[in-house]
Amino acid sequence: MRAPRVISDTHHLVPDAHCSRRSATGLSGNRWKVFTRSFFWSAKTIPMRTHSLDNFCAWLEQTPLSQTIQSAGWIVPAVQTIHILSIAAVMSSVLMVDLRLLGILGRDQPLARVSERFRPVIWWTLPVLLATGTIMIIGEPVRSLENPVFQLKMALLVAAMIVTLSYQVPLGRDPSFWERAPGRRWTVQIIAVLSLALWMGIVFAGRWIAYY
Amino acid sequence: MELDVLLRSLEATSVATTIRENESLFPWVESLHVLAITLVIGSIAIVDLRLIGLASLDRAVSRLASDVLRCTWAAFAVAATTGALLFSSNAFTYAHNSFFQAKLVFLALAGINMSIFHLFLSRGIERWGASPHATPLPAKMAGAVSLVLWIGVVAFGRWTGFTMHQSPLAG
Repeated sequence: MRAPRVISDTHHLVPDAHCSRRSATGLSGNRWKVFTRSFFWSAKTIPMRTHSLDNFCAWLEQTPLSQTIQSAGWIVPAVQTIHILSIAAVMSSVLMVDLRLLGILGRDQPLARVSERFRPVIWWTLPVLLATGTIMIIGEPVRSLENPVFQLKMALLVAAMIVTLSYQVPLGRDPSFWERAPGRRWTVQIIAVLSLALWMGIVFAGRWIAYY
Repeated sequence: MELDVLLRSLEATSVATTIRENESLFPWVESLHVLAITLVIGSIAIVDLRLIGLASLDRAVSRLASDVLRCTWAAFAVAATTGALLFSSNAFTYAHNSFFQAKLVFLALAGINMSIFHLFLSRGIERWGASPHATPLPAKMAGAVSLVLWIGVVAFGRWTGFTMHQSPLAG
């Protein structure tokens, strides 16, 4: 198991004397060129871990912003708290809609009505999760970007969004789309189970980042 | 202190020891705890926002509450169970952590607030219908207080994780 980082919360493991590198250097013109070239190269080849990704993380870790986030002890827990509250908004919305798709809860309401109530909560909260997540990545680039569990979480997130859109889009065009045929009713129930599994998987992966 | 002896003996139980020493068991239990908490506060927020008059205004309070609170209780059962397991694994240190103490206080206050609402403020809840104006002010306040308390529970919980190894009494 990897040694825990200083500002991580793997408190039940014995913390070691690892210190994060400090640097007073900021961003210069040449570094910007290296950064953009590295970023687009690594984005094209989608590696799990590459020389360029290492370079990018090393550079990111030394930026003043990253240093501030690392040294001010309250920033990461505060940002994580907002992240968790945002997850609460998304997860409960996903739960309410998926339980309605499965016909377990809220059967007195039309399916489209339930979905419409929670759809904005889901999609407006995701940017908040992105913003808080980005701050955490900037604060601890290696712990996040080079962590396979984090990469898994991002893959699950993409899958979850696709699955969510797969029932929302047809529903937006036709409010009774999923009720018109038995085949569709079965399909939307499978979608609901998949949705629950994926979104919950994201939460588990998120917590496991600290332990990998 | 009597309590400290009790806490140490709780830590020494086989269940607590297994969770503490098994490298993957603690993270799995903790992940489930986090998931359960998000569902507790998320579902409570749905009801609270309805009480305050900010969301789900087209649905009667009593109907919404009966649906949603079923999820809340199930999630809370999971959160409490996993929480108890996590606590036992390091009982002494958690009990002496001020953020964890604050979390428990806010949890108790949230429970008291919910009880007050159920026992005294929900008379005629069936009549509150689908209009926000029919919700009595005390009920709205209970909703607002509930939101604040549960956000506090989440915040203190997160700070507990970050302050555990800094406890001077860490065993």
